[in-house]
Amino acid sequence: MSDIVLRFADVSRTFRSGDEDVWALDAVGFEVRAGELVAIMGPSGSGKSTLLAIAGGLDLPTSGVVSVEGIDLGGLTATELARLRRDRIGYVFQNLNLVADLTAAENVALPRELAGLSARVARREALAALAEVGIAQLAHRFPDQMSGGQQQRVAIARALIGERRLVLADEPTGALDSRTGEAVLEVLRSRVNGGAAGVLVTHEPRYAGWADRTIFLRDGRLIDTTGPRVPVEHLLGGAS
Amino acid sequence: MRRGAVHWGLLALFSDGPKYGYQLRTELDTRTGGMWTLNVGQVYTTLERLHRDGLVDTVGQNDEGRTMYAMTEHGQAALAEWFATPVTGAERSRSELAMKLAIAVTTPHADVTGIVQAQRVESMRQMRDYTDLRRRADPEKEPAWMLMLDHLMFALESELRWLDHIEATVLRRRRAAGSPAPAPADRRPVAEQPPAGGKR
Repeated sequence: MSDIVLRFADVSRTFRSGDEDVWALDAVGFEVRAGELVAIMGPSGSGKSTLLAIAGGLDLPTSGVVSVEGIDLGGLTATELARLRRDRIGYVFQNLNLVADLTAAENVALPRELAGLSARVARREALAALAEVGIAQLAHRFPDQMSGGQQQRVAIARALIGERRLVLADEPTGALDSRTGEAVLEVLRSRVNGGAAGVLVTHEPRYAGWADRTIFLRDGRLIDTTGPRVPVEHLLGGAS
Repeated sequence: MRRGAVHWGLLALFSDGPKYGYQLRTELDTRTGGMWTLNVGQVYTTLERLHRDGLVDTVGQNDEGRTMYAMTEHGQAALAEWFATPVTGAERSRSELAMKLAIAVTTPHADVTGIVQAQRVESMRQMRDYTDLRRRADPEKEPAWMLMLDHLMFALESELRWLDHIEATVLRRRRAAGSPAPAPADRRPVAEQPPAGGKR
């Protein structure tokens, strides 16, 4: 269907370790549609981060097909892949990767300027993105003048600036307190509700609860997904 | 004497004045965010016990001819004691899930990791649904409902951690005993969302 934004078809990724191949991902298949947030859970080493890197075109599968909005990432040149990443995919990493010498607004505007927008337009978009994550007033601060939670919001604003069709988040709540963590999820969720597709890697059930469904990975294999939603009136049956 | 949550919940409703039976049903529902929806029979049976134990007493009838009950001094003292007494863990450990896993880990050939994973999927599904409800709830107008949802979500969170712990323990033991991990054929990847019903 046309509203599928991210598709993994039989995707495997192996790494060479000494004399043997280690399967980081093993025949993984799933789809994420526009307006859908999918959480990925699994123990350490189950392939979550590899899956996210491949979804974002930062790594390529050993076999299988990954497509974003119908475009097979394996068929793109390095330049085309870079453009697709820059224009359509937003990343929120554990490691914030903020540039220390740039203000919050400049950090957020950076990818748009790299995409060829004028500094003025990029700045206007950056201010809007900072407002979306609730820290418009911190636009002139440098990263070391902000708390961890505020820096994380800057990173999210940068990931979401422009029209990102696919938002990928790797433990975006990191070490944030629960209130700030929820604020982060609120931003992700509202962007997804606005039509983006989202993938959220987390080990916190509390945050995975914000996703429409959860995919469970184990040893590189997709072993389960949560079922569809049930009507609200059935939720509390048996609680009396 | 030990009494259940409903007994104390209904008694507590008399704190702000006399009530009639059916009123208790609606109030308990509202004040616990809909978590304890009792049928009329349960309400009247409990009310009779409260009366029998001298915790409430009849105080005449209201304009509609309904019998009104009010908390007695004895009831107030008992309620104060209930509020002041922490809940012990005895009931919590007696869940069906605890029973299922306790039996499974001591039953030869029981697929403990399979049971754990099936429960994990179900618990995570519930977490998502409660998260939805919580996001829609109004903290100003529905404080009891929010509190109940938080209760359910914290319980699920701890249950999911417990499941991780059980699984890790079982796998560690299996490795120590030298038995192989489940064959890949037992863990076929689920290519897409399962059909309605959410079963694996």
